[in-house]
Amino acid sequence: MLTLKSVQAGYGKLTVLKGISFHVRPGEVVTLIGGNGAGKSTTLRAVSGLLPLWRGVVEFNGADLTRLPPERIVTLGLALVPEGRRIFASLSVTANLELGAFHRRDQRQARRDLEEIRERFPLLKERASQPAGTLSGGEQQILAICRALMSRPRLLMLDEPSMGLAPRMVNQVYKILRELKDEGTTLLLIEQNARAALKLADRGYVLETGRIILDGSAAELREDPEVQRAYLGKGYREVWE
Amino acid sequence: MFLQQLLNGLTAGAVYALIALGYTMIYGILGLINFAQGEIYMFGAFVAVLLLGTGQVNFFVAFAAGMAAAAILGVVLERVAFRPLRGSHPLVPLISAIGASIFLQSLALLLFGPNDRPFPIQFNFRTITIAGLPLSSLQGAILVAALGLMVLLLLFVRYTRYGKAIVACALDQDTARLMGINVDRMVALTFLIGSALSGAAGIMMAIYYNATYPRMGLLPGLKAFSAAILGGVGNIPGAILGGVLLGVAESLGAAYVSSGYKDAIAFAILILVLLFRPQGILKGRGD
Repeated sequence: MLTLKSVQAGYGKLTVLKGISFHVRPGEVVTLIGGNGAGKSTTLRAVSGLLPLWRGVVEFNGADLTRLPPERIVTLGLALVPEGRRIFASLSVTANLELGAFHRRDQRQARRDLEEIRERFPLLKERASQPAGTLSGGEQQILAICRALMSRPRLLMLDEPSMGLAPRMVNQVYKILRELKDEGTTLLLIEQNARAALKLADRGYVLETGRIILDGSAAELREDPEVQRAYLGKGYREVWE
Repeated sequence: MFLQQLLNGLTAGAVYALIALGYTMIYGILGLINFAQGEIYMFGAFVAVLLLGTGQVNFFVAFAAGMAAAAILGVVLERVAFRPLRGSHPLVPLISAIGASIFLQSLALLLFGPNDRPFPIQFNFRTITIAGLPLSSLQGAILVAALGLMVLLLLFVRYTRYGKAIVACALDQDTARLMGINVDRMVALTFLIGSALSGAAGIMMAIYYNATYPRMGLLPGLKAFSAAILGGVGNIPGAILGGVLLGVAESLGAAYVSSGYKDAIAFAILILVLLFRPQGILKGRGD
């Protein structure tokens, strides 16, 4: 469904992605894990079109995304929930959701989708006319996910949905992601919280300084001693004791 | 006397507010002060006056055509003077805006000549006295028309799909693009709307002062810029508030201090605001 082939990209003179390749199949939940500065967010920015590629190819359902701007890419069914949520703080909750469907031609259906989402997340109905910036961090994350869903994506990409959230909200966000998975939504999930991501995902890739150093099923990665040591925080007790 | 001056101030202020809306919307989305706003105001007035001068069209058609011409001029200006400079140092488009302003003034001088033109048709305006307050029906008409346009703009921004998209672009362009919003198109739409409002303001002032001339946009343009700063540049209700406050301050200052200082008042306010509250009365961008 989504394929990256030796993608290189960066900022200014700094190469962040040094040629990464991976793919996502329909219905799958795939996660990219890795530490700070590994290039996880840069990967999603490159796929969504916000960052131009230096080399390599991105394909989505047979379409070549390499030179497309983000406003075209989203119309093909690829939505991104950006890092730090990036909701439109002074606009109302409802306006945020409506903007998620901005590009859709079927605005009638979009209205029905809006109703459906509000039924499903009563919070978004209760706070409908409130400025989105007044929501709590976790509520904003839910809004950002729903805003992306309003575009009816075929593949939903999420950039660190658990970042900066209280543990209770992390659970709630992951509960939503699990529901989406059970409904068959294809997800590409980026996380520093590798534990949560590997619990949800079918497969994963480990990114380190702009290269993919490991890939496998989520179960394999969970059992991998290197992943356990570096990303799941297991074993460092022995180091200290 | 006081009420009369207040009314004069409100009328001028409503017109400043219309121009200030152009400044503030464009600043909100591009972070750019379009110093050619006053020239767009002047072109709107000229197109309406010249059309009416032919005797072929009625007032409302001429008014609409003046607004449309101003809108087109704004969109063209964005295309040739600002879009190619996007991403450069912020001073570069500012210089370009000043250049565009000088160019348009000179062009108007060349095309229309240096002389004042009176407004081609006479209106039968009366002065009615309401509760001891002499209200010229011309002032009343300008106030009503300006307020109407402002209400339309506020409704557009708040309730329509494109209005919300413009706000989204002003708040966060990258995220707006992720929603499938074409930022270039929203910038063009912002110039279109802001310029149409300035064109309307120009026509109103051409009637009010019964004079249309190439440099007519200079002073109102600078005053509206001060009004936008006063209200908090980038803030739409702020521009309206700033325009009205500035118009009233100017009118009362002229009456009670000295009419010789009338034009200085706006700029004294600008300097004071920049010194003590540079973010303006209502802070914010894209709101």
